[in-house]
Parts: sequence; structure tokens; C-alpha cells
Amino acid sequence: MKQLLKGNEAMAEAAVRAGVEAYFGYPITPQTELLEYMSRRMPELNRVFLQAESEVAAINMVYGAACAGTRVMTSSSSPGVSLMMEGVSYIAGSEVPCVIVDVMRGGPGLGNIAPAQADYFQVVKGGGHGDYRLIVLAPATVQEAIDLTYEAFDIADKYRHTVVILADGNVGQLMEPAELPPMRPCDPGRARAPWALTGAAGRRKNIISSINLVPEVEEEFNRKLQAQLDVIRRHEVRYYEYETVDAEYVVVAFGTAGRVAQTAVKQARVLGLPVGLFRPISLFPFPEERLAELAQQARGFLVVEMNAGQMVEDVRLAVNGQAPVRFYGRMGGVVPLPDEVLTSIRHMTAKQEDYR
Amino acid sequence: MQSELTISGFGGQGALFAGQLLAYAAMDSGLHVTWIPSYGPEMRGGTAHCTVIISHEDIGSPLVRNPAAVIVMNMPSLDKYEPLVTPGGVLVVNSSLTTRSPRRADIRAIDIPANSLAEELGSARLANVILLGAWAAATGVLPLEAIEKALAAHLPARHTDLVQANRDALRRGAALAGATAFRVGQLN
Repeated sequence: MKQLLKGNEAMAEAAVRAGVEAYFGYPITPQTELLEYMSRRMPELNRVFLQAESEVAAINMVYGAACAGTRVMTSSSSPGVSLMMEGVSYIAGSEVPCVIVDVMRGGPGLGNIAPAQADYFQVVKGGGHGDYRLIVLAPATVQEAIDLTYEAFDIADKYRHTVVILADGNVGQLMEPAELPPMRPCDPGRARAPWALTGAAGRRKNIISSINLVPEVEEEFNRKLQAQLDVIRRHEVRYYEYETVDAEYVVVAFGTAGRVAQTAVKQARVLGLPVGLFRPISLFPFPEERLAELAQQARGFLVVEMNAGQMVEDVRLAVNGQAPVRFYGRMGGVVPLPDEVLTSIRHMTAKQEDYR
Repeated sequence: MQSELTISGFGGQGALFAGQLLAYAAMDSGLHVTWIPSYGPEMRGGTAHCTVIISHEDIGSPLVRNPAAVIVMNMPSLDKYEPLVTPGGVLVVNSSLTTRSPRRADIRAIDIPANSLAEELGSARLANVILLGAWAAATGVLPLEAIEKALAAHLPARHTDLVQANRDALRRGAALAGATAFRVGQLN
């Protein structure tokens, strides 16, 4: 049955139903409702909720719990996620699974609390030090936020990897009818994760560490990590398409920018313009193969983002010069409206460019 | 087809609640709906607004530049939103707290002295629902009964004693707006 749910609370309940055993966090707008919901819900179920003294502490609590095989998560927003980056790198270097929800806001710096997508580079490309990537999933609707959060824990476990739900203030604050998944029982790490630090009685001891003092050993570990990323690239690509079958022009946008662009594409279709929408859901792995295919049929691409142009670099790499790639963005917490995107679509289609 | 309503007022006037009530009514009627609030360092007496979009289809953007209808509950909201209503749209004005009449001729403006009417009904806090009733009658997007049902179904249990008063408020607003209502932004 559908309920009217707010994005932040819906993601929290989805995590609960996925069997999250521990939540560590620190309040920050526009994600605080998630933490607040957990502060009530987790103790109700005899699970762990802990408000840490800072985001640095929260992510290291997540690290510790993950090492012990606990199904664990945190959530924050842009400045808080910046503080977590050291821990994120250590978690990557230790190959332990966890889920992070990042409800992005306007920046840089303290910025503001309005919706933004300016942390694409930080979260998708790195942020912390070292050669690692995070699995990054970007919901555009409350239902998608629920479904991706619910699934994120299994994906994290499968690859012993961090999964980030990269939302923005709009997704966090929006209310929409959506359906929650069934409640799954908690599955204690002792049974699920033979690598976990659960006490070595009766078995060989497990060691989890991100320190490798010998460069050759560290290189070997890096090779293993890269091989795992290749597996992730093959199996975890997700995207959504709208009216692309006969599209001569393709708008590419993720999250809230994606649903704003969808309205503009719908309006463009009414005007008879052959436009479609491609909305990446997994930002890493990026759906580059499908974009390369679309580049064979498209005369032009328009990337729309709530930033100065970040994902557009990945689109250009995927399109690889097969068609011109334009960009339209709003920054600092300003959400573009459909009429702005429609104007950009009209400019693109009016040029009649064909680079083939 | 879709229809949009922005509700704007001072924090504490119930703009966000009126929008949520409408969102519940739309959902229970089997329609697609989004509700998005202004959020942030808001405080009682500051400004608060929300936008509700109701549609027969999936909703893309939860925000629009020119909504089909706006309810303004105070003077700053009238100044800000009157120019934004889509031509042919509806502007419901809480004339108890505004010092001028709407100026545009290409929209339908409805003056409702919501605060005085609410006090007549026994509580100043009913002003938001009176204005929502006026919107419903003026636009025909949802039948009044759908909003009444949502009141009974979604008002927290501790407030069930307020259902009847809210129902009266809805009907009062609708009666004032409905006499000469024409249909704008109707979904079908």
C-alpha cells in the first residue's frame, strides 16, 4: 500500500527494513529527519542508534562496526561528508561494507541548506585519498530512494564495498506516495561475514587493516581492488530512459535535475522535438556503454546538473566526440526549472548540428 | 494533465499542513502527487510555503515557475506570488491579512477573509483549511469530499476532535468561492 512519505524518513525506514543493525550520525540539514527518525526507530527495535560528537567520529564508528560484520550506515550532507572522507578512505582500504546517505546541499564551504549536486566529483571520483571508488546510486524520486537504500546493503556486502546513496535536498525533503519493502530480519555478521572480527575462538584469526608498509604488497592490494571495481563496472550499472527510442537529441541528468529535465523533455515532445531523457542512476559505475550507443543515434546531448558541470565530463568521455555535448547548470542551491531546460533544448535542436 | 498549487504564509499559519492534507487527498484519490516545502532556518512568524503538484501521470519536476493556483495567507506572499500565477489561473487571497486587492485581470482572484471567518468558526487556526476549501471549489481539481475523507483518515489520533471543525472550515471556504466558480486547472 502506498503511503505519503518524506524522502529522508523513507530512506531511514528502508534501511531499517533492510536489516541495518547500527546507525551512527550527526545532525545536519537537509538530512536531519533521517537521523531523527533513526533516533526513535532503532531503539524501538533494540538496535544501535548513536549520535556521535562529530562526523569524523560517526564514520569511524561505522568503520569499527563494519569490521565487526555489523550491517551499518551513516547519513549526512555535504560539509559533514567532507569531514568523513578520511574514514571513507580507510574503509575502502580495509574492504569492509557500509552504506552512506549523502543529501547534498549548496556549497562550497558552509554554503547553504538548499538542494545541490556539486559533490559529484567528491563522491563519485574520490574525496578521500588513494585509488578507490565508491558505488554511488542517485535516486530521483522517493520510491527510488527507498528501493536503492534497501538494496544498498546487499550490494555493499556482496563486494565488501561502500555504497553511497547520493541524494540532494529536494529528494530528502520531498513527500510522495511510495511503497515500503517488507521487513527483513537482522542477519548477524558472525554468520554472514566470515572475514569479520567477531572473536577468533575456534578459528584462525581475521585481520582487517588498511596499512601495507611494503609498496609491492600495497600494489598487489591495489590490483585486487581494481579487479573488484571491474566486476562492479560489469554488474552494477543502472539507468532510466524516457522517450529515447527515436530521440535525435538526448538530455542527460541525474537525481532531481533528472526529473526536472523529464518535464522539459515531455514539453519538448509536445512541441514535436525529437528529444529523450537519459538518467544515470548508478554514477559509479557510470552507464558509459549505453551512452556510447545513444551517441550513435543522437545529433546532440544536453547535460543538466545542479552544479557548474561535473557529470558532464563523464558524459563527454562516454560520447567520445561522436556528438556535441552541451551543458546547462544552476549552482549554489538553485534548482533549475523545466522552462530553463526547455530553452536549452530548443537552442540545441535549433542548431541542427550533426558532427557525423 | 497536471495542476499545481503553491500555499504561502507566515510560519505557524498552517500553509505546510494544508498542502499535506491536499497531498493525502490526492494520493487517496489514486492520483500522482508531490509535496515540497520550503525548508531551512524557518521560525514561527517567518515565511513558509509549499508546492503541491497533482497529476494523472508520473510527475517530473516537483517545482514550477508559474503554478496554476496560489493561496496567499499574508501580504508578503501576495506581493511575491501574484505575478507568478499562470494566466487563467486562480489566486486565493486571505483578505484578513492583506492590505490591497490583487491587481491582475488575467487570473481569477478570490478574496476570502479567512482569519475572521475562522474566528467565527471557533478557532483562528482554521484559516488555512478555509482557504483550501476555496481553492477546491474554484479549481475543481479535487472534490471537497476527497479532502474531507483525508482529514478523517490522516489527522493524528489526538486531533480527531478537530475533524468536524476542519470539515466546516473547508465547506465555508468552498461556499464563498464556489458560487461563481469556473474551472481552471481541472485534471480531466
